[in-house]
Amino acid sequence: MRRSMLFMPGNNAGMLLNADTLGADSIIFDLEDAVSPAEKDSARILVRNAMKYLNYGNCEIIIRINSIDTNFWKADLDEIIPLRPHMIMPPKVCSHKDIEVVEDYIKKVEKKHGIDNPVSIIALIETALGVENAYEIAASSDRVKAIFLGAEDLTADLRCKRTKKGDEIFYSRGRIVTAARAAGVDAYDTPFTDVEDEEGLKKDAEFAKSLGFTGKAAISPRHVMAINEVFSPTVEEIEYSKEVMDIIRIAKEQGKGAISLRGKMIDAPIVERARQTLEAAKALGGVL
Amino acid sequence: MKINRSASAGTLESSDIYVMVEPNEDGIELELESIVYNQFGEEIEKTVREVLSDMDIQNIKIQLKDRGAVECAIRARVETALRRAEGADD
Repeated sequence: MRRSMLFMPGNNAGMLLNADTLGADSIIFDLEDAVSPAEKDSARILVRNAMKYLNYGNCEIIIRINSIDTNFWKADLDEIIPLRPHMIMPPKVCSHKDIEVVEDYIKKVEKKHGIDNPVSIIALIETALGVENAYEIAASSDRVKAIFLGAEDLTADLRCKRTKKGDEIFYSRGRIVTAARAAGVDAYDTPFTDVEDEEGLKKDAEFAKSLGFTGKAAISPRHVMAINEVFSPTVEEIEYSKEVMDIIRIAKEQGKGAISLRGKMIDAPIVERARQTLEAAKALGGVL
Repeated sequence: MKINRSASAGTLESSDIYVMVEPNEDGIELELESIVYNQFGEEIEKTVREVLSDMDIQNIKIQLKDRGAVECAIRARVETALRRAEGADD
């Protein structure tokens, strides 16, 4: 289960070394914005060696490559795909055509190295055009398993100020979640950028969860624990979900079409939500 | 691979290593400075020579300033310096 995704600069040897000890479900090794143009070669060689020689345990490894309008992204894939990361994150994805371009090149590299298991894609949507095309991006390929909203670049593109409250990205957040769910993939929320404001982070993460996001990215290890907590099912949610599943089983045994729990009718969406909660709890190692 | 020009890679930050290479006509000349020289000097040099061998380097002057880098970082920084010295990433 992926609740938190922690960005790590791809050219920082010390940070790559300890990446899996910070509690994040996924680590995003960043070859894009966190790396200066003069160090792109160095970062991709360092990340490749880190993946080859270090054991990141159960931590999922995602690589943010450079965007397809640069001269770097093909070299990123050449270096990284043979090491079989879990996911590739192309940035600034604006349409299904961008995914096709990346996927075509990934296929070539996979074929060259005899890789049968296709790498997944998490598309980073951070332009107005990308937000408007979110569904076609999310549904563009079987490799696309998630879409991820990047609000910093987006607000620059929208020509508005990025605020902590986030009213300026409300529409985009809703559109990303709706597009992702319509396409049957996961949706990830933009990082909260004030490293010091842990209360603000919690509120922001809770709001993202309330909109339907699967999880949230972080740019600081200090944010990981709070994000994990927000996006994990609570004990009360798990207990309620177990009660829902029990009463549905009893209703079926008794041949009842409709049944209520705690004074509320239990219908299909409630059962589905209960199933999802229990599935998430199980994925997190909970004893049910 | 032939070393065509001087190049460097890495940083002097903790857990990293700074590597400088330049052409040499008389074999491998290696200078290592490390904060953990007494404990790991031999192992670091062995790793560096392995990378040189893997990349078929016979003549090079290589200077390393280690700040406690692990093996994968040493390999990465040496490889980066070598590729830059070859001019592949220009």
